[in-house]
Amino acid sequence: MSYRPDKDVIAVQRGPDAGGLGGVLRTFGETLRGLKTTFGRLVEGPVTIQYPEEKTPVYPRFRGRHKLHRFEDTELEKCVGCSLCVAACPADCIRVVAAENTPDHRVSAGERYAEVYEINMTRCIFCGYCEVACPFDAITLGHDYEMSDYNRSDLIFTKEMLLADPVERTPLRREGE
Amino acid sequence: MLPLADTQFVETTGVWIIKSLVIFAFVLTVVPMLLLLERKLLGRFQNRYGPNRVGPYGLLQPLADVLKLISKEQFYPATGVPGLMALAPVIMIVTALASMAIIPFGNVEEGFGSKFGLYGIDVNIGILYAFAFGSLTFYGLMLGGWASGSRYSFLGAMRSAAQLISYEVSLALSLIGVVMMAGSLSLVDIVNAQDGVWFVVPQFVGFLIFTVAGFAETNRAPFDLPEADAELVAGYNTEFGGMRFGSFFMAEYMAMLVIAGIAAAMFFGGWMGPGPSALDPLWMVLKMLAVVVFFIWIRATMPRLRYDQLMSFGWKILLPLATLNLLVTAVLVALV
Repeated sequence: MSYRPDKDVIAVQRGPDAGGLGGVLRTFGETLRGLKTTFGRLVEGPVTIQYPEEKTPVYPRFRGRHKLHRFEDTELEKCVGCSLCVAACPADCIRVVAAENTPDHRVSAGERYAEVYEINMTRCIFCGYCEVACPFDAITLGHDYEMSDYNRSDLIFTKEMLLADPVERTPLRREGE
Repeated sequence: MLPLADTQFVETTGVWIIKSLVIFAFVLTVVPMLLLLERKLLGRFQNRYGPNRVGPYGLLQPLADVLKLISKEQFYPATGVPGLMALAPVIMIVTALASMAIIPFGNVEEGFGSKFGLYGIDVNIGILYAFAFGSLTFYGLMLGGWASGSRYSFLGAMRSAAQLISYEVSLALSLIGVVMMAGSLSLVDIVNAQDGVWFVVPQFVGFLIFTVAGFAETNRAPFDLPEADAELVAGYNTEFGGMRFGSFFMAEYMAMLVIAGIAAAMFFGGWMGPGPSALDPLWMVLKMLAVVVFFIWIRATMPRLRYDQLMSFGWKILLPLATLNLLVTAVLVALV
């Protein structure tokens, strides 16, 4: 292809001309303006949250660590071991083994109960489908997000862990915050 | 033997040794504090806290940093030249410490049975001594960059060489106005000449030029092209680890202290301040600190210059301006 000066030359975008002494003055003024801007940040003070001491407040619909629930009056577990949450779980992280309730060993309100209820937290993606799938509102997602541990095996949460209240409460974000 | 300024007394060798130790101790204690101050202030300028985890308010952070650097392995790249790589940081530290000697922290005092000056040495070539050692730092940079046997390091070293040469001229020219007004090269005499009015008032243009050239000389933002982390990894000190890197780093802060000291002595009346003469060193340190804080403030504000901008600014604007300032001062000094 041959060279066509009218088409092949691209106009280079250049900054405005500094413009002699006025330009020098303007640059000086702009420098002072920049200094003022950064000094403003100094006056404002830090906005950082000092994490381990101060926790980021979460929204009410935040999906954190799961909780299993009991009936408040009878202390019976709401979970009847139907395994619908297992079917709904896209990460395949829930394991339920159901067992029959007997008159002298009654655990849940229904016919059966979950003998084993495990959530593998290394796999869980906190999508909340289990909460949606549950016909008895037995499982909900709480507000806690501090679940790191040193062992993978410690991250498989058992039924007892999920039924117990979390040790520390995560602060909830106030209205309009 | 350096040519000493006209002094009417002779200091004993003992006093010289004590002075050297004091300067050494002062610099080595102040540099880590400066490091913390810079990180803290930079944090505040960016709406965050800066280091606050090690010790109360993060005060032990520099100690942790130095301990980490000391415990690291001394590493040489296969293409590097080990002897010269070891030498480069030494040159940097030595030259930076040596230029510290002319910063005056007070006038001549009497005590302990003899007279002594509150400065390392009062040479009659004064400020030229600082420039001489300032230029020697460039050997440290260049050697460090070249001996690492790495392209980025060498590029960084070349950049710093070009930058130092370009800005040293303006730096020197900006100070000559002050020298002409004081009629002496000795920093002690220059401070004494500022008894009435600080030189920052009649030499304001000179002060601006000095500040800008001072940023370039100390390789600080917005002239931190030699180590431009974004483009050159870390410039001339890319291949240095452990305390060798630490030495480069310290030398940089020492150079900043020296520039702050020269600025305080030549433009802000040095140790002059209200109160008895015992407070003189305090005033000097406070003025140096103010200059250092301004350095940090600028670092938090300015983006880095492009290389061609750096060069054209240095040669086309700063140098003519410095020359003009010099000329006007010369005429005024001759007339008044």
